[in-house]
Amino acid sequence: MSEVINHNGKIVADQRPADDIAGQSPLHHADLNSLASQGPQTGGVTIQERPLQGLLNLRCNKADKKQVTAVKKLLGVALPCDPLSSASNDDSVIRWLSPDEWLVSVDGAKAFELEAAFQANMPGHYSLVNVSGGYTILEISGDHAVDVIKKSAPIDVHQSSFPNDKVVSTVFAKSGAIIRRIAEDHFELIIRRSFADYLWIWLQDASREYGLVVKR
Amino acid sequence: MSQDNRLKSGGRIDRSKPLYFVFNNVSYTGYQGDTLASALLANGVDIVGRSFKYSRPRGIVTAGSDEPNAVIQLGSSEATQTPNVRATQQELFEGLVASSTNGWPNVNVDAMGLVGKIGGKMMPPGFYYKTFMFPQSLWETYETFIRKAAGLGRSSYENDVDTYDKINQFCDVLVVGAGPAGLAAALTAARGGARVIIADEQSEFGGSLLDSKQIIDGKPAAEWVSEVVSELATFADVLLLPRSTVNGYHDQNFLTIHQRCTNHFGDQAPANQVRERMHRVRAKRVILATGAQERPLVFGNNDLPGCMTSTAISTYINRYGVAPGKNLVVMTTNDYGYQAAIDWHDAGREVSAVVDTRANVQGRCVDEMQARGIRIISGSAITEVHGSKRVKAVTIAPINADGSAVAGPAAKWKVDTVASSGGWSPAVHLSCHTGSRPVWKEDIIGFVPGPTVQEQLTAGGINGCYETGAVLKQGIDAGLTALQELGLNEVTVAVPSAEDLSRTPAMPLFLVPHKKPTSRAPKQFVDYQNDVTAAGIELSCREGFQSIEHVKRYTALGFGTDQGKLGNINGMAIAANFQNKTIPETGTTVFRPNYTPITFGAIAGRDVGSLFDPKRYTAMQPWHIAHGAKFEDVGQWKRPWYFPKAGESMHDALNRECKATRESVGILDASTLGKIDIQGKDAREFLGRVYTNAWAKLAVGKCRYGLMCGEDGMVFDDGVTSCLAENHFLMTTTTGGAARVLEWLEIYHQTEWPELEVYFTSVTDHWSTMTISGPNSRALLAELTDCDLSNDSFGFMDWKAATVAGVPARIFRISFTGELSYEINVQANYGLHVWEQLFAKGEKYNLTPYGTETMHILRAEKGFIIVGQDTDGSIHPHDLGMSWAVADNKPFSYIGKRGMAREDCVRPDRKQLVGLKTTDPLVVIPEGSQGVFDPNTPIPMPMVGHVTSSYWSENLGHSIAMAFVKGGLSKMGEKVYYPQADGTVIEAEICSPVFLDPKGDRQNV
Amino acid sequence: MLHIFCPHCAEYREEEEFHSKGQAHLARPLDPEACSDAEWGEYLYFRKNPRGIHHELWIHAAGCRKFFNMTRDTVTYEIKETYKIGEKPSVTAQS
Ligand SMILES: [Zn+2]
Repeated sequence: MSEVINHNGKIVADQRPADDIAGQSPLHHADLNSLASQGPQTGGVTIQERPLQGLLNLRCNKADKKQVTAVKKLLGVALPCDPLSSASNDDSVIRWLSPDEWLVSVDGAKAFELEAAFQANMPGHYSLVNVSGGYTILEISGDHAVDVIKKSAPIDVHQSSFPNDKVVSTVFAKSGAIIRRIAEDHFELIIRRSFADYLWIWLQDASREYGLVVKR
Repeated sequence: MSQDNRLKSGGRIDRSKPLYFVFNNVSYTGYQGDTLASALLANGVDIVGRSFKYSRPRGIVTAGSDEPNAVIQLGSSEATQTPNVRATQQELFEGLVASSTNGWPNVNVDAMGLVGKIGGKMMPPGFYYKTFMFPQSLWETYETFIRKAAGLGRSSYENDVDTYDKINQFCDVLVVGAGPAGLAAALTAARGGARVIIADEQSEFGGSLLDSKQIIDGKPAAEWVSEVVSELATFADVLLLPRSTVNGYHDQNFLTIHQRCTNHFGDQAPANQVRERMHRVRAKRVILATGAQERPLVFGNNDLPGCMTSTAISTYINRYGVAPGKNLVVMTTNDYGYQAAIDWHDAGREVSAVVDTRANVQGRCVDEMQARGIRIISGSAITEVHGSKRVKAVTIAPINADGSAVAGPAAKWKVDTVASSGGWSPAVHLSCHTGSRPVWKEDIIGFVPGPTVQEQLTAGGINGCYETGAVLKQGIDAGLTALQELGLNEVTVAVPSAEDLSRTPAMPLFLVPHKKPTSRAPKQFVDYQNDVTAAGIELSCREGFQSIEHVKRYTALGFGTDQGKLGNINGMAIAANFQNKTIPETGTTVFRPNYTPITFGAIAGRDVGSLFDPKRYTAMQPWHIAHGAKFEDVGQWKRPWYFPKAGESMHDALNRECKATRESVGILDASTLGKIDIQGKDAREFLGRVYTNAWAKLAVGKCRYGLMCGEDGMVFDDGVTSCLAENHFLMTTTTGGAARVLEWLEIYHQTEWPELEVYFTSVTDHWSTMTISGPNSRALLAELTDCDLSNDSFGFMDWKAATVAGVPARIFRISFTGELSYEINVQANYGLHVWEQLFAKGEKYNLTPYGTETMHILRAEKGFIIVGQDTDGSIHPHDLGMSWAVADNKPFSYIGKRGMAREDCVRPDRKQLVGLKTTDPLVVIPEGSQGVFDPNTPIPMPMVGHVTSSYWSENLGHSIAMAFVKGGLSKMGEKVYYPQADGTVIEAEICSPVFLDPKGDRQNV
Repeated sequence: MLHIFCPHCAEYREEEEFHSKGQAHLARPLDPEACSDAEWGEYLYFRKNPRGIHHELWIHAAGCRKFFNMTRDTVTYEIKETYKIGEKPSVTAQS
């Protein structure tokens, strides 16, 4: 029987099975590990999947000081309240999605722990929803990473308007993505599970003229 | 053939790199640096096509994107066929194969002339207009004829082998055109720290300076150009785009640039490279430095090969080392036209004369002619050209001061080339794309950009400024203005020195007079591409068309793929003169995107083939593929439709899947259903407002079905919502409605009821959902869970958290088949694992996968609706016989309540959803069939509603259907008839749509 | 292609990230039952179609998923302002 905590009229549950059952990311079928070992080792664009991360969608009120204080305590990082910003420490990244919405990523095995901690300590009206199964994270880097983003999303990725740690939710090809800049030539894309195959084909196609390297 | 017209030296071509090419099946040689047009001219190819209406031989007229005649078909193989390529823009490459698009059977043979002449008579001005008045059926005949004659080219019958790309760009300053103004503007902006994009349609930057012998800052113009380009290339934030046409200027400074990345290398792009790229640019400031285009004059037989614009002559000589003839006569209304004579003479060829339409010619151009011994014939014009396939002679006659009539005896001169210059037309097209009307300026005899709401600056020729020094200054000023407006660095940029020549005023002349009236004179062409003549324009005016917009539509002036770049102003002037009006009085035409034709490849980009539209998959997709599923598109989702076994027809497979589910257990991948997590103390209240039924008392652990309506009372979605905890719910929606429902909840929360404490989060992709259904579903599930599945502890419409196959799950005991059913939700990363474990245990229960089609049949046996199939936006819950799902006693006036109460919604004779049993149980009524109460009434029979769902039910042994019937809910047992297209009539009896297990015993076990 | 300033994201974004939801400032009647059929029909179906200044409801669909209002000139397509739900436009046809 899985652990379910019912508190304040809401439930959280550990959604992960025991370690002997391996999870399959949305790009499991693409077998990126084989591509990483057998494919080209140099190129203008490098793509690496960060599968099976814990992703939690947080809704709360940034004007509620008690909530903001509680979030900082729970995550060890202050809630990034400026539009399109993010904050991170060794354990987690918090991305601003809208004035009352954030996406928190943590190690996949830590998601439930964090959910339970919020359940116990977060005051007021909020919601924290585990969406780990609904997305996967891709990191795209290299000299031409910027070009691939420019081909895919209608956003200005110049450093002056898209500095490191900025986050945007936007159109990506004919789907969408949450894009965060990690470093000058290094981006994180969070994409929906059901669109992952389409976007993987897209990224391969858009990267072809620069040479694509898959990293594990 | 040798390059007879190629000069020994000069030009920007590389004579050490010969290139072989084929035009109209003949092999030729050109050089690296040629365009197809310059190479054809070098080889003495006069005729490049035949005209659209009259089939007259046509030659190259210009050296740029304004070319009306040399529009060719490119491609050495079927897959690389490209229509609508201007030979004047296509760079030559080794092995290029091109052909005329409008010569049939052959441009040099006049056989087509016969057909063409008939065509000419059949297509007087107003042809389009008159043709459209014909019945539709005739238009198809005409269209074929026009297409063949018009030579619009053709696309390939095979897939394009190349990749096309789109890219989004953002910049401070987009400079359009890299002539003197554009280069000066870009350099200024770049030095001030702006992010700059500069685009030019030509293969090299420099614009008119590449054709010029001018000195800038003490050095040849081309040298100045290369220094500026080198400096621009040093800025990290400057993007240089040669071979890139800014084709569209859209709202709020959004512009599209069509870059031909590799078209100059060959028919096909080099491996992994992109052929063409569409840049989608958002620019804070746009500087239009598009220059101006020379207007040819309109005179008799002015379309004969050998007649060109005077700048084209200079360009071919100076840039390509080609003098396209032996003996030149120039006709000009202005000083600029003299340059062609100077360049021709300096290239060592003979200039017979310069015919100046002005009576008094003075100043520098006179000196230049005297120095070269070239005769000037002033106050005169070339009224007519003679020849059949090439100019052989011209008639020169004196004209009166305003150019309206021939004023004396004519003389015939033998020449083979005619250059004409009617002055400059600023290239205002882009400025007009966003709706700005150009403004006529008498002093420059041309239109300049009018007032605009765009953040647009202009510099150089587009403003009617043509002297290089002044043009450079305008470019710098535009750059400085942009910097200042954008708050960027101030810079000082010295204006390069350039000799500004004093000029005598030009004469406003468009149509050269002929001794005969226009209607009788030899054809005087205004629009070469559409064969519009001065006589045609005058005829349209006589027929009562006054506005230039009407004249255009009547004559097809400017309707070609060149958008009338050469002819529009002449046409407007001729129409205005004929009506004794000014050009502004007859109105200006509107230019629309695109500036030049663009390939479908560039428009489509990468959104082709498997990337045309996203395909969405569930976590179980690999299993579905491995087990032979046939797929159905549901929105962007690929859902298994049915799972045929070897040799099975669809019908067989459905019968098997339906029976197996009712008799033992079937399984459906239901992951595509929309799922929304709803939390907050007002969640329950919110549900009560958006669903038609009551939610106040739904207990924790319970599930409930709900209908969602619009404010008009019409059903737009449905689904089951479960109470996870007191303030925590999980809503499910239809597959197609997921995004719409979430937005629906948000719009009410954000705009109407922000005070309600509730948050919505989409979890559609997070959960994999698999439904096991059938009498053995409990036994199967029991093999994989410790959860107590007994009916007493886990009843119908309950949900429980439990572990299934080792994975934490939420199990919902809900049913869309009417059978004992469990909907198992697990985090999607474990969906395939659980699915496979169910099959591992399912063999002894004959666990049968089924798809959407069996799902549809099974639910129809139970009379369950599918929103969008059994509803269409005009159906409220009572129409569906679902009044049980409406709770009008709720305190809040829920969405749809007031709508349902409208007078029209309470009529007793509304179309209502009922079941149908056909009299012949084997007949399945086609879905969409319209019902009538009396099949013997005369046509048109009063129709009483259509069949929404109709299937063969293997379980029941007869067909079943659901249909709308007027007042149907009170007509149980009555007959309704469905006349078919083949004349047969299907008879059916109105019944309850619940065909199977009306008491629900099967799902409550 | 409009260039739209999202008041929630506080930056300009391309039109393809947004959906227009029609006329702004349509308040749901507080007591729908008290509306006559004509009044309810007015709320449901009747919309302005001005030449010039118009107030529209938009959603930043691919971005923050928040609704906001826009004052737009339907002739020139100029966006005069965007403002959050609950705020009043500062540019109106009268002003
Ligand atoms: Zn936004």
